Order: sequence, then C-alpha cells, then structure tokens
Amino acid sequence: MIDSVVSAKNVRKSFGDREVIRGVNFDIRPGICFGILGPNGAGKTTLMRMLLGLSPVSEGEYRLFGHPVSDALVHSRVGVVPQLDNLDPDFSISLNLKVYAGYFGISAKEAESRIKELLEFASLAKRANDQVSSLSGGMRRRLMVARALINNPDLIVLDEPSTGLDPQARHLIWQRLRSLKNQGKTLILTTHYMEEAAELCDELIILDHGSILTRGAPQALIAEHVEPEVVAIRGLQNELDATQLCDGLDIRLDHIGDTWFCYAADVRALVTRCAQRHELTFIHRPASLEDLFLKLTGRDMRDEE
Amino acid sequence: MNRFNLIPSHVFAVWRRNFLVWKQLAGASMLGNFGDPFLYLLGLGYGLGFYIGDMNGIPYMAFLASGILCSSAMNTATFEGLYSAFTRMNQQGTWESMLVTPVRIQEIIAGEQIWAATKSLISGTAIFIVAGMLGGIQQWETALLALPVIFLIGLAFAGPALAICAISPSYDFFLYYFTLAVTPMFLFCGVFYPIDTLPAFVQLVAQLLPLTHAVALVRPLVTEMPLVMPWLHVSVLALYAIAGFMLASHLAARRLIR
Repeated sequence: MIDSVVSAKNVRKSFGDREVIRGVNFDIRPGICFGILGPNGAGKTTLMRMLLGLSPVSEGEYRLFGHPVSDALVHSRVGVVPQLDNLDPDFSISLNLKVYAGYFGISAKEAESRIKELLEFASLAKRANDQVSSLSGGMRRRLMVARALINNPDLIVLDEPSTGLDPQARHLIWQRLRSLKNQGKTLILTTHYMEEAAELCDELIILDHGSILTRGAPQALIAEHVEPEVVAIRGLQNELDATQLCDGLDIRLDHIGDTWFCYAADVRALVTRCAQRHELTFIHRPASLEDLFLKLTGRDMRDEE
Repeated sequence: MNRFNLIPSHVFAVWRRNFLVWKQLAGASMLGNFGDPFLYLLGLGYGLGFYIGDMNGIPYMAFLASGILCSSAMNTATFEGLYSAFTRMNQQGTWESMLVTPVRIQEIIAGEQIWAATKSLISGTAIFIVAGMLGGIQQWETALLALPVIFLIGLAFAGPALAICAISPSYDFFLYYFTLAVTPMFLFCGVFYPIDTLPAFVQLVAQLLPLTHAVALVRPLVTEMPLVMPWLHVSVLALYAIAGFMLASHLAARRLIR
C-alpha cells in the first residue's frame, strides 16, 4: 500500500503571467476525506482540474497513486463528481451508467451487475428506466455519485457535492459519502459549506490566493486558530457602541455588515451585558469552522473569478 | 502529446455513445436525412432535367443524383461536427465527462469524426436508395463502391467541422463556415454542373476543395462516366480527414485542457 494517494510538491500553475497556484505542498493519506476549502478564486478548481488531468501543471510535482497526474491511465482509478451536471440528458438512468462504463472499458456483463448495485446505493433502483430529465436535483446528484463509482475507484473527487440541494437531499448525499469512506475509499472534496466540511472531512486545507493558509483536522484547526466561544450580536449602532459593550473584557471583535462577532475563551460576562440591552439580538455558540475560515481569509467580499 | 495515440476501445466508446442517442430518435433523424435530398432530386432532377436532358453524356437525373450523394455526405458530417458536437462539448459537458475517464481528447475527436462519417453513410444510403428508384443510378456493378467512398467523404468534412467547432464561441459562428466554405462548395464543385464550364481560375480553386474530389469519385462509380485518377481523389479526401483530425484535436485540447 502506498503512503499517499495524492502528493503535491511545490505545485504551481500560471495562466499567462497570472499565477493562480503558488507552490502548494500537501499529501493525502488513503482512506480519509480530504477537504479543499477557500473563497471564490482561491484556486480550488484549478487544483482539482490539474489533479484530474484537465489542466497541465506549470511547475512542481503532482502525483496520483505515485504516477504523474498527466498519466491518462491512472484515471481509471478515480471517480469524479463534477459541480455542473453533465449527465446525458438523452439517456435513461441505467443507460447513463452503461455508457459511462464503456469509457472505462468495462464489459457489458460486468457493468450490468455493477449498475444494479449502484442504483441500490443511490436509492434510484425503482427509477432505472426513467429519463434523466425527470429527476429532481438530489436524485441527479446521487446519480452523478453513482456514475463516479462505476469503475470502482479508489479515489473519489467531488466538487461541491451538495451545492443547490435541499437539506434532506444534502444529508442523504453526506450519508452516502460517509459510507464510501467506511468502505475504505479516499475522498477529496471542495466545498463552500463549512458545515459540510466539518461534517465530512478528516483533514482539510484552506486555500487563498493560490497558497495554503492552513492544514489539519477541522476541530484541531478551530482550537488552534479561534477562541472557543463566540457571541454574534445584531442591533449595535456603530463600532464605538461595540467596543463599549466589550469594554474591560478580553474579547476579539470582528464584524460582517451589521453583525458583530465577539470571540473569547469565556463570554459569560458579555452575554450578561447583552441580555440587559433589549434592543440587541444575539446568539452564543461554540466557534465553528466558519469562524476559522473567516478569520484566515478575511471578511471582504470576493469577486467571482 | 502524440495525437495518434488512440486506443480503439476508447474511440468506439465515444462513437457508441452518439450512436445510442441517435438510435432513440432514429425515425425522425432518418426522415430529415431523406427529406432534403429527395426534394432536390425530385424538383431539380425531374423539373430541371426535363429541359436539360443529358449533361456530360449522361441523363441529368443520374448526374445530379451522384452530386447530391456527395453534397449530402458533406452536409450531414458538417452539421454533426458543428452543431451536435458543439452541444456535447459546450452545452452538455459530455466531452468533459469523458475526459475524467481514461478517454483522451484525441479519442473523443476520432470518435466524433467517425460518428459523423457514420451519419453521412446512413443518410447517403437513404439517398442511394431514392436515387436508385428514380433512375439516378446507371451502373449497379460499381455503384455499391460509392458507399465506402461516402464514409470517407464524411470523414473528410467532419474533421474540419470539428476544428471549427473547437474554436467557436457560439452556434452563430457556424454561419461563417457555411457562407465561406460549405455553400461555395455546394455550388462550385460539380454537384449541379461540370466544373469545366467555370473560368480557369475558379476551376483551379475548385480542384483544391474536397467536394470536387468527392464528386469526381462518386459520379463515375454510379454512372457510365469514366473513372479518372481515383487514387488522387481518395488521397485528397484522406488528407482532409487526417489534417482535420489533427487540427481539431489540437484546438479542442487547447480549449478544454487549460
């Protein structure tokens, strides 16, 4: 067994003179769910596309199962769930899978039994002969996950697997992804949803401006970078009002728009003060991955690239 | 990257995907394949043929039928390589879904090109039957050889069409290709009349175009006209097919693998 499924050594990518990946290093152990997080334009997609051979690596060493990512044959061990739906709209559900199996050179007989299994897995067995166009968003996404598994891959790469899904559909997808991990598959996931990353990832990197800001297990990262407790407050008049509210307390203040975030090891005193001011709405909660993410990448709005 | 590094099973898988889509709507598609050329043959072959009588020593219906066989092979492959391929490349993400499997870009292009030629063959066969019934085929002994030639014509036109597809920003762009390439060939490459009636300069240009060589091959095979320099014509068509394939692979890689 190899030590790492993916390894990146000083990987760089430039489009013209614009460098979008600036020398990243990481490796992914087998059997874990690895998250790639970052704001829009951070380089997540480029990092994924390079891994999948859809974008040539400008510099550095990017390896998949010990082979360079440009090696086409290594992709027979990878399954991909893209962000944009590219199912074949002209085909039924089972034909979608059958045709896709063909790209991997899987025989019709082998594909047949595999498809049955996968449709069970994706809870789509009853709809096998329905056209793809009749499926809901959640079903389509499950079908894409099933399609990514047709070649029984060791690594599954998912680009924002639950974007645009309702909570029920999202939880069903998450549950399926966890069961894949339990089967010993390695998962790589890019996402904007901190909740999703916290739920699924054993390890993650946060990427911004083409560099890795931090790496580790979600809970450990939160403990390392963010104070354990947060009070989020709305209704404060201005910055002066906010600082006066926290006066004399050991609190780090931050805000997005009209919401103020107060971070500290102990916020009981602040909570008492807030409760005395009836015009304020506030919530007291433990620090989350989102707090970490915002602390590291800043609170400014990002333009879509 | 070596563009001729093609694994046949991958190329077949791409071809098969398109075939399976076609199969679902084969009826409607065939009707379209039949319809247009059938009307041309009927309208021009009978209507115009009545006044023209013979052309180059053969009945106009036979002259025209052999020309329409070629032009429809050109149109079918061109449409497939432009509009249908563009839908798969740009709208549906089909090519990208293939690219994350072991299938490579040049195998996608090869699969698409062979599929487009297959469609030329399908529609060509339909016209062949119609032409036979309308008396457009004079020489049945060699006529069947026209079918593999139609497949080759399909390859020769699908290659350049796929190259155009790979650089096209939208469907509207294809209109240029039709106005600048397809329509002039349709009118000046010997489909409706022999090209030796044209000014010498135009004849020279016509000799560089694939449709001229397609007509020069197919017409003698289905009519009583003598076949002259067949290998030259085959070579020109093959050259267009291969050059088109290489260019399309290169341009599609540039577009999709960035």
